Amino acid sequence: MAEPFEPKIVAFLCNWCTYTGADLAGTSRLQYPPNIRVIRLMCSGALDPIYVVKALLEGADGVLIGGCHPGDCHYQSGNYKARRRVAILKAILEEMGLDPDRVWLRWISASEGKLFADTVTEMVEALRAKGPNPAREAWGV
Amino acid sequence: MAATGWLTTTDGDLTSALVQALRALLEAGLVDALLVPQATPAGDNVVPTLVARPDRLERVAPLAPAFPVNGATVAARLTKTLPEGRVGVFLRPCEIRGLVELAKLKQVQMERLFVIGTDCLGAYPVTTYAALAAQGDPMAPLLQAAAEARMAPAPGTAFREACRICEQPVPGRYALEGTRTPYQPDLAFGLFGAPLPDRVLVEAREARVLEVLGAEPGGPPPEREAAIARLVQERTAARDAAFAALRARLDGLEGLLEVFSTCIRCHNCMVNCPICYCPECIFRTATFDHLSTQYLDWARRKGAIRMPTDTLLFHLTRLNHMATSCVGCGMCTEACPSGIAVGTVFRAVGQRVQALFAYLPGRSLEEEVPLATFREDELTALGEGYLG
Repeated sequence: MAEPFEPKIVAFLCNWCTYTGADLAGTSRLQYPPNIRVIRLMCSGALDPIYVVKALLEGADGVLIGGCHPGDCHYQSGNYKARRRVAILKAILEEMGLDPDRVWLRWISASEGKLFADTVTEMVEALRAKGPNPAREAWGV
Repeated sequence: MAATGWLTTTDGDLTSALVQALRALLEAGLVDALLVPQATPAGDNVVPTLVARPDRLERVAPLAPAFPVNGATVAARLTKTLPEGRVGVFLRPCEIRGLVELAKLKQVQMERLFVIGTDCLGAYPVTTYAALAAQGDPMAPLLQAAAEARMAPAPGTAFREACRICEQPVPGRYALEGTRTPYQPDLAFGLFGAPLPDRVLVEAREARVLEVLGAEPGGPPPEREAAIARLVQERTAARDAAFAALRARLDGLEGLLEVFSTCIRCHNCMVNCPICYCPECIFRTATFDHLSTQYLDWARRKGAIRMPTDTLLFHLTRLNHMATSCVGCGMCTEACPSGIAVGTVFRAVGQRVQALFAYLPGRSLEEEVPLATFREDELTALGEGYLG
């Protein structure tokens, strides 16, 4: 029998806010689904869209990008730049006939461990409803 | 434009009149050298040529419908480290837009350039031009139609696709209005609506340039606006039809794979793109020289993988990096050995992402490229979760 579909999420989290928020979720013993693989970045503004595209083409079911709330960036404006890049990326995915809703950008601060756990839970549910990323088994990507 | 006037040709020889105007710029010292389209000795191609001596302007073919290289890239190379002086560059409207983008990306020193534009007649693919040139001057039949702002490729041939869908064929005029000062070339030749080949309109940013050219004073002909409007309308309709046909194909991953199915990964589209200036492009580094075991791991996981890998990654990444600045010159399509309409893909996607920021590439030196700036009060819904 085939195993039930478990979405795989690649998460790019900024060191100062969302990664620390994820840490808080852990130290607070908050439960959230184990479907994410976290990659720590110094800033959401350090995320080149190529990493997100690569993850999606390799078959990741979703990509979560976590950064500091607007105005709270450790480097002043990295998250504003990330926001533009993600807006462009999602528009490109949609224009190319791919699903932009597999990419989530969320502002989660170091004190929002609960929001982090809730966001991952919500994203896993949303991706479960979507089903597997068609690129997972696609030959030509 | 600050000043307009007219140049009168001798015996209806428009090319000679334009060459004489270029020579006047050089002789008056307004420019130290000229980058102008010049026929190759074989006569089957017209290429950007840097001319420093007025007596070497003989083979200049300013209006030839050939377009082998985007001159913006060449102009960038000419000025990036130029400490003084000015180079005159004769460019098509899309090349000027590319120049403006490169200036904002700090690859061009605009103050080292004297930019000369012309109404664009459209251009043939390089091989079509070469074939037509063997039978006679490919430019001559286009001129009469140009006066009415009609595009008239030779029977049985077609202009480049990018030209057929270009709605910005007049230098200094942009398809959308912005809030900043639009870029105007230093000098522009107006063909549309002019009584060609007897007289050609000249527009200059400074009146003294018209004096150097010996232009007679006079305003644009009354037919000009209507002729341009009709051409722009035709091109816009062709553009929208091309975009609609493409979007119908781009339906899910399968459609995307089909569009790029014949890609041979030569990267010609990137090499010929005026916007892709990065000296250290990630696709030219060792990043994609994976370990041998990596390929086998991928193949095991997916069952089978296309080799070489990362074809879609290349195109999607390039879209992310430069679609906001795509000026629609179509060099990518022309450079593709597999005939993929790369330029139409990039223009269609470009239109969408440029609209996010009300940005039009090449329109103004004062508008920052979207990826280099941000506004605090934009895109505010993005990043906010559905949860409290």
